[in-house]
Amino acid sequence: MTRSLLLLSLLICVTAVAPSARAQLRLVHSERSLYREVLVYENGDTRCMCFTRNCRVGRQSCIDTRHPNRMVMRYPQMMLAALFVNPAPQSVLIVGLGGGTLPRALRQVLPTVRIDVVEIDPAVVRVANRYFDFKPSDLTRVIESDGRVYVKRAQRTGQRYDLIMLDAFDHEYIPEHLLTREFLQEVKSLLTPQGVLAANTFSSSRLYEHESVTYEAVFGKFFNLKRDNRVIITRLGALPDDAHLRTTSEQFATSFDVFGFRAAEILPLFTQARDWDPGARILTDQYSPANLLNLER
Amino acid sequence: MVRTTLAYLIAGWSGFFVMAVELLGGRLLAPTFGSSIYVWGAIITVFMLALSLGYLAGGRYSMNAPSVRRLGVILIIAALTVVPLLLFAEPMLDALSQAVPDPRFGSLLSAVALFFVPTFFSGMVSPYAVRLLVQDRQSSGRHAGQLYFVSTFGSAAGTLLTSFYLVLLLEVNQILLSLLLISVAIGVIAWLVHAARNETDQ
Repeated sequence: MTRSLLLLSLLICVTAVAPSARAQLRLVHSERSLYREVLVYENGDTRCMCFTRNCRVGRQSCIDTRHPNRMVMRYPQMMLAALFVNPAPQSVLIVGLGGGTLPRALRQVLPTVRIDVVEIDPAVVRVANRYFDFKPSDLTRVIESDGRVYVKRAQRTGQRYDLIMLDAFDHEYIPEHLLTREFLQEVKSLLTPQGVLAANTFSSSRLYEHESVTYEAVFGKFFNLKRDNRVIITRLGALPDDAHLRTTSEQFATSFDVFGFRAAEILPLFTQARDWDPGARILTDQYSPANLLNLER
Repeated sequence: MVRTTLAYLIAGWSGFFVMAVELLGGRLLAPTFGSSIYVWGAIITVFMLALSLGYLAGGRYSMNAPSVRRLGVILIIAALTVVPLLLFAEPMLDALSQAVPDPRFGSLLSAVALFFVPTFFSGMVSPYAVRLLVQDRQSSGRHAGQLYFVSTFGSAAGTLLTSFYLVLLLEVNQILLSLLLISVAIGVIAWLVHAARNETDQ
């Protein structure tokens, strides 16, 4: 009895608080795809792409409609810091388009870089184009494909990249075949000798431990950048030292101003501290219960 | 009595086996074709098709000297045809995906190559078991209903256990191997019980 009363009062609290928090959220567009419903919401000047009603389970990508260059979310800032390791990539592969924040930003910083974006969902590509100012071009190709299927194909055709960014995960559902040791080995084989990998990963669940040991098994040491998300940055061979990072980050001292942050804010986030359980089980094609692991805190 | 129990046990376990293999099939295809809805569509299509043809074959086969021993043999064959999957799934999938790059038809063809045979033999189990259970016309519907119950309940259990727990504990091939061994064990029991019964009959 007391338990159901408690539940009831909790429910009342939640329903009382929720509407005021979401009062400003306005649905601008929605379209169904083969995979999900792609929704666009606006809240004041912020426009976000979400895959759940009222952005319940997190936002995929956001844009400031008045200042489209400003990065609303913070994890893409950490992803861009991959440039501190290799400041002048010629070719970039991005797995997962979202609202196209990363390709747009890279294009601004590096006007001549060749960018391939792999996105599984054509609806996401359409919505990024119409609502998030993402424009494909000769230099920015979009490939509509599963990330792993594309990586395997690129492996066969001998395609190589100086920078690979993995950003194909949301908080609700994780494509489990994109988290395994075998996938990371395939990705690694696409890197040029100076190639850099940046991956947006999970930071709050048990999956953190498993992803950490899996990346470590394939790439050895990596930089672990943590704010709300965790971004892994690594490259083939030994990692650069602090002095190198500082020097290259200074090249970008003001280039990130248009995005609303400074390179110097990100630099201190670079750490190699291993704060995970080294005994966690490595994720493989044979063992990849990522979604179940993500349920456990 | 033992024969009846075994017929139900085999039907129930076969239901468990089919759904566990089906779910793990998604796992096996994902690295090559992704895990899109059409990959699942291809897998489910092949399982349904193989089961439907298996039902026909099982019913036909039950016309000729049906026995619980033969039912056990069907179960063992279904299990053994999973062995190629354990050994060659990866090179087979690589070759098939290169031959048919379209992920829809590539995954359909792969699902046929990997899962059709074991599922076909699993499909033979239920109608064959009905033949062993039904004594007269009057109770035939009841027996068939009970058999559907056991078999579909087994499928539900196989789906739940595999997707909620087994994948968290074991590797895909370890699960497949365990399923295979359990099938063989049950098949052997059916064989032995049959032999023992024949001895006591004489």
